[in-house]
Amino acid sequence: MTTHVRLPLPKPLREIFHPPPTPGVLGVFPHLDTTLDAIKKLRAAGHTDFTVYSPIPRHEIEDALGQSVSPVRMFTLIGGIAGCAIGAWLTLWMSYDWPIVLGGKPVGSVPPYVVIMFEMTILFGALSTILGILFNAAFAARRVGTIQYDPRFTNDRFGIFVPATADKAGRIETLLREAGAEEVRRG
Amino acid sequence: MAETRLTYDYVTRTIARTLGTPSRGYFMLLGAAVALLAIGIITLVLLIRYGLGLAGYSHPVYWAVYITCFVFWVGIAHSGTLISAILFLFRSGWRTAVYRTAEAMTVFAVMTAGLFPLIHIGRQWYFYWLIPYPNERGLWPNFKSPLIWDEFAIGTYFTVSTVFLIMGLIPDIAAVRDLATGWRKKLYAITALGWTGANEQWRHYTRGYLYLAALATPLVLSVHSVVSWDFAMAIVPGWHATLFAPYFVAGAIYSGCGMVITLLTPIRKLFQLEEIITVHHFENLAKLCLLTGSIVSFSYLTENFVAWFSGNPAERAAFWYRAFGPYWWASWTMNICNGLLPWLLWSKKVRTNITALFVISIFVNIGMWFERYVIIVVSLAGEPYTTWTNAVYNPTWADWGVMAGSFGWFFMWFLLFVKNFPAVAISEVKEVLAPPKRQKARAGVQHT
Repeated sequence: MTTHVRLPLPKPLREIFHPPPTPGVLGVFPHLDTTLDAIKKLRAAGHTDFTVYSPIPRHEIEDALGQSVSPVRMFTLIGGIAGCAIGAWLTLWMSYDWPIVLGGKPVGSVPPYVVIMFEMTILFGALSTILGILFNAAFAARRVGTIQYDPRFTNDRFGIFVPATADKAGRIETLLREAGAEEVRRG
Repeated sequence: MAETRLTYDYVTRTIARTLGTPSRGYFMLLGAAVALLAIGIITLVLLIRYGLGLAGYSHPVYWAVYITCFVFWVGIAHSGTLISAILFLFRSGWRTAVYRTAEAMTVFAVMTAGLFPLIHIGRQWYFYWLIPYPNERGLWPNFKSPLIWDEFAIGTYFTVSTVFLIMGLIPDIAAVRDLATGWRKKLYAITALGWTGANEQWRHYTRGYLYLAALATPLVLSVHSVVSWDFAMAIVPGWHATLFAPYFVAGAIYSGCGMVITLLTPIRKLFQLEEIITVHHFENLAKLCLLTGSIVSFSYLTENFVAWFSGNPAERAAFWYRAFGPYWWASWTMNICNGLLPWLLWSKKVRTNITALFVISIFVNIGMWFERYVIIVVSLAGEPYTTWTNAVYNPTWADWGVMAGSFGWFFMWFLLFVKNFPAVAISEVKEVLAPPKRQKARAGVQHT
């Protein structure tokens, strides 16, 4: 059951944006600790590519999944450095492009330009952070949108989706139920 | 706040309920805002048709009510970022219930502030001359001018606070998407950008949000410092002071906290959010007001002391003119509202009385508007270098009309926002609650 509004798209776009669903098992959990149990059991059973849904970010889930630090920070760093450089280039190049002595100061006087460099650092740093989030969350999580979802996951339920073929689905169903899932379904 | 009622489901449904069909009270408020905006638009059209002479400008006061309003609205914006970014970095749990309102206020206040330099320049259609763009004259802006710094600072601030607001909204839009029906569901399905709360999404989102907050924190301090340098870089007595940057930043946060209280009080009533936005939140806002108000009062004392201690006759004359000249009423309104009023907040009785806080917050807004009026208009009017040409400045209907329009513009956007998007951060309010567990270790709310 998906709640996304599906807009009709022409065929080549549909292939990219609305790919066919991934088969697997979805478990709905009412508690945080039961979700964590299930994550640990799944990892112990050798599963690595499952998705955990939660209404809020919890460090316990991150720790249980053993996630590495998001690469978004590199986007922020590079964006910030680029912004600072652009600020310096903008002010200095434009000053020397049409040199006018103002207030008896040097044509390219750095102290007042620091303000522009600072603001550009923040601007480019923030925009590239946004790009970093969008890029990583949209493209790195390729499966999102093709896997099962339940609207309760943004309210008060946690969820785990394990991609699996029909022959393995039974074992995963039992595992999720034993961990404390209140509802398990195949998709 | 130890309500065990506050479950994840309760939070989602209570906040999503605010997005239902608007009440008559809401439409009356929105109508009042649009009417004010109409007054502003008519005044602006007349200003464009007949020129800035309609406003009260007279030598040497050429920065007047429009610039006062500009600084006022930029200042209002600041506490939004303080609450959403700085308190986020400080891991202050109470911010979650109020930060969305504050952040939205920031964006709309900057949108309002940005109009005033355009109105002030008179020929709005040449606004792009401010932007460094390649042109046939080969000219570039003067980067040594604080006015250009201001343009970069305000432009950055508007962009960053807007993306910060939108970023925070995404998980909450997804939450209301999953409850909504009809056209709202379509709107939220598109604006939620496919958010599902999957671990891969949270992983990048939380990291990115942290960095956005870390970038917004120095930004907010820089923006009002740069605004203060619009004045402090000039040699007008009363403006030319190194104190200005911290003095303006503290004043901005003081006025902004006042505005947050002014906005939250009716929203809490109108949307029945008493369980989520509690007296505890108001008390904390009042404490912020008390802190920043005290810094502002201290700055007033310092300003006057330095004017006397400097022995500079021009500086001394400017401050004497402020307190006892023809604009004494403006100075004393400022001194009483910003210097004395915050002292009431030392009392816990006052801090926990929402009606009292609402009334105080209105006076904070008035006081801070007059602070900018005193700094800008009165310093110029008392300017001692060319006194033989000085005329008396009085604002005209054109000044007040545009100012009324700015309030209409701000409240119109704000009201449209709170009815169409979650005015309280759903996922962040849940974050400070104890998560649902099978083994009930502790019931109730985790205190933060």
